[in-house]
Amino acid sequence: MPAKYQKEIDTRLCKGCGICVDLCPKEVYDRDALGKPIIARDENCVYCKQCMLHCPDFAIEFIPLKEGEA
Amino acid sequence: MSDKKYLRNDKLPHIWCPGCGNGIVLSALERALEQANVDKDKTVIVSGIGCSSRMPTYMDFNTLHTTHGRALAFATGVKLANPELTVFVIMGDGDATAIGGNHLIHACRRNIGLNAIVVNNNIYGMTGGQYSPLTPTGMKATTAPYGMVERNFDLCELAHAAGATYVARGTVFHAKPLTDLILESMDNDGFSMVEVLSTCPIGFGRRNKIRGNYELMEWVKNRAVNVKAAAKMSEEDLRGKLLIGRLYSEPAEEYTKCYDKIIEIAGKEAKR
Ligand SMILES: Cc1ncc(C[n+]2csc(CCOP(=O)(O)OP(=O)(O)O)c2C)c(N)n1
Ligand code: SF4
Ligand code: SF4
Ligand code: SF4
Repeated sequence: MPAKYQKEIDTRLCKGCGICVDLCPKEVYDRDALGKPIIARDENCVYCKQCMLHCPDFAIEFIPLKEGEA
Repeated sequence: MSDKKYLRNDKLPHIWCPGCGNGIVLSALERALEQANVDKDKTVIVSGIGCSSRMPTYMDFNTLHTTHGRALAFATGVKLANPELTVFVIMGDGDATAIGGNHLIHACRRNIGLNAIVVNNNIYGMTGGQYSPLTPTGMKATTAPYGMVERNFDLCELAHAAGATYVARGTVFHAKPLTDLILESMDNDGFSMVEVLSTCPIGFGRRNKIRGNYELMEWVKNRAVNVKAAAKMSEEDLRGKLLIGRLYSEPAEEYTKCYDKIIEIAGKEAKR
């Protein structure tokens, strides 16, 4: 799916709970050694934003891309 | 860096454990307030004591973090003093239904214009996982090592029976619908209660061998049935399930408005 947003993970806020990794229907994320998400397969993302809506720590942000930025 | 309109972003990261449902509730609530575009100076957030009651600490409003079980009493005072204010009251299941249970039923009965949010993580989170009146029968708590003996309240039925005019139940698994329910509850003039089925991975999940943070969210989801789907299900299939969605919306005259009328009558009497 063409990118509509740039995802940003704030590793300072992230507590590595794993919810985003487990919940993503498209397996976009891998875990780093601390359990924090790594954007591994961004091309699979369908921008459902479920990861952002369920992150308990305000650590995932979707920044809208302007046209042509993708 | 988080830059949420209605949060004290500089207070993050919050104190809650990794995977705690409180953060998901706060996030859903913040989005509802954004969508309603509330006035920071006309909105008050009150809470009691407990992990969930830390929520106002992170919210950029006039906030009152009060005493265990008494949030509704403080909020009643705020609303009566200035009925123009939108007042949210955030309570844990222990706070709202055990020590504060009497305040809850009478706030419902009066139909005072407060927006109560009860974060039901099935347990006393802050003090280490003692059972509450909402711990499901059979589930374990520090004070119920062999499983909860007592029957749990159905909090939404309780609030409705006591007179609350808007009653809904959401979950942390259904984050977007939760925002929608909170938004809708704000349209009710009288007492609104949204119960949120939430998670305490530390005090409840681990003790009940539901180890993963997401696994616990799925456990919450599996306890819940949408009220519309439930209409087509058998009693057998609904046993042990909790209904989610808007359960009751029965508007009635709000308490501070009734009170204003008394002030008017009493004023006329005094002049005679
Ligand atoms: C009058 C009084 N009694 C007891 C306590 C101890 N206490 C603090 S929080 C709490 C229960 C917290 O559980 P809950 O209300 O469900 O909120 P949670 O922490 O799960 O969000 C208790 C019993 C207290 N602070 N004040
Ligand atoms: S937006 Fe949806 S598909 Fe994309 S990473 Fe998040 S959960 Fe996965
Ligand atoms: S849900 Fe949020 S806090 Fe949890 S691992 Fe993902 S980014 Fe980190
Ligand atoms: S003890 Fe439970 S409710 Fe309290 S912060 Fe930890 S996970 Fe959340």
